[in-house]
Amino acid sequence: MLPLIGILIVIVGFALRLNALLVVTLAGLATGLASGQSLHDVIAAFGHAFVESRYVAIVWLVLPVIGVVERSGLKERAREVIGRIRAATAGRVLLVYLALRQITAALGLVSLGGHAQMVRPLVAPMAEGAADNAHGPLAESTRERIKAMAAGADNVGVFFGEDVFVAIGSILLIRGFLEQNGILVEPLHLARWAIPTAIAAFVIHGTRLLLLDRRLRRESATAAADMEDALETSETFRQGSATT
Amino acid sequence: MIRLEAIYWLMGLMVGGVAIVNALDSRSHTRWRNTIFWGVYAVIFLLGTRLGDFTNGVLVLLMVATASFGLSSSTRESATAEHRIFSAERWGNRLFVPVLVVPVATFLGSLLLGRVSIGGTPLVDPKQVTQIALGVATVLALLTALVMLRPPIHAPIVEARRLMDSVGWAAVLPQSLAALGVLFASAGVGKIIATLATTYLPLGTPTAAVAAYAVGMALFTIIMGNAFAAFPVMTAGIGLPLVVQQYHGDVVIVTAIGMLSGFCGTLMTPMAANFNIVPAALLELRDRYGVIKAQVPTALMLLAVNIALLTYFAYPR
Repeated sequence: MLPLIGILIVIVGFALRLNALLVVTLAGLATGLASGQSLHDVIAAFGHAFVESRYVAIVWLVLPVIGVVERSGLKERAREVIGRIRAATAGRVLLVYLALRQITAALGLVSLGGHAQMVRPLVAPMAEGAADNAHGPLAESTRERIKAMAAGADNVGVFFGEDVFVAIGSILLIRGFLEQNGILVEPLHLARWAIPTAIAAFVIHGTRLLLLDRRLRRESATAAADMEDALETSETFRQGSATT
Repeated sequence: MIRLEAIYWLMGLMVGGVAIVNALDSRSHTRWRNTIFWGVYAVIFLLGTRLGDFTNGVLVLLMVATASFGLSSSTRESATAEHRIFSAERWGNRLFVPVLVVPVATFLGSLLLGRVSIGGTPLVDPKQVTQIALGVATVLALLTALVMLRPPIHAPIVEARRLMDSVGWAAVLPQSLAALGVLFASAGVGKIIATLATTYLPLGTPTAAVAAYAVGMALFTIIMGNAFAAFPVMTAGIGLPLVVQQYHGDVVIVTAIGMLSGFCGTLMTPMAANFNIVPAALLELRDRYGVIKAQVPTALMLLAVNIALLTYFAYPR
């Protein structure tokens, strides 16, 4: 039971919103020590695993490109393009991206999307631009909501698209695991059973994206009403102060 | 043969450049902390393979300590809004070209690079084709952007610094979590959880068993941040012995949908940092958990769908 101390540290640390990097490192050290390894060995194991997983950081190599093009007005252009399409709303833009991400992932083209490559430079600004266009200047919380939904569309699309493709890591993992247990299965059969969930994911998340539009309309209506109220109040106030 | 190591040097050079730009920024109030953080990270990319495991571990701890004291992102934009609007008008849709070079070249590279061989030796390490293709694609995209837009020569690294600093320590979180996963595995955390799950989850009927398997996959994935880590544990603990062997569930349907139930967990956990925490940093959200909050309703509904699918299709009728 003692090695579970790491999980406890992670839960408490994330709940208290401590620096996640610190929380994860402490949890790792505690787990290692609790399982009876020496501090030297635990640090070495942590260092080894950190260096071995450098490949997950390769995606950052795209940042100089994105930065240089952003400097030349990439986001502004992305908003402008979407602004010209009258039917575009934040929800519909994200729905189209969700569909593209899911379909391409299902064909094995997982590297066609991503948060650094697509969401920050293109998808999020386009969704924001569409919302700006339809509802005027947005509140900061609304902007955050749209960006978060843009990131979510990428995740849902890739997670529930890629398993339809036979040669993806998770299908191979399932097959390999079952093989070790003496059960042989066809990757194609596994992939086929990913289809119902893929459809459900599209319907559920797609509906939520369209509901986002409704929420934006409602929010902008209340914001406009608030603005009118505020104007009226200040008007009454001014009249009041003029008569006294 | 091009190995992943070459791409790591590229990363080391870029991150080292980010450290230097930070060191030169006298207006930053965390100037030296940012410099140390990225400088050490650059060392890990450039020399990590040659340094010993313990030295690497100490370097990582140094990074964690620096990050815990707080890093800051540069607040200055490199170009004014007017400049960007003017430039956006001037370039029009051609601005999308360098950005789209990345996915297209990565895709073509991962298809083609693996097949090229010179004198019998493959051009790139066949096991790492996709990552190498991504690295090569980013270089191509940067060259395209430089030739097309002709920014000042320091622009790529100054811009990389602006973006890397806005992501901050979250950029290395996925690697730390991978390391945590290794330590969890060597400490036998998975086995303990499987024991707990089989002891305390209700498994008395076929329906309860599939539901426990799907929910267990999601919960374990939330803890580990990775459905791949949860899958062997939960499937060996509940999926195979109970759902498949005792209640005669269809092994293909059970494992395929079990994995997808794990993905529902991935949507809900900060432990899946590269999907949930990193984008929040990259999009400069004030709420670090904003992406997770946006995904939770979808994840819960999909988990319910998965349980329904399992209940309906997994058992012979």
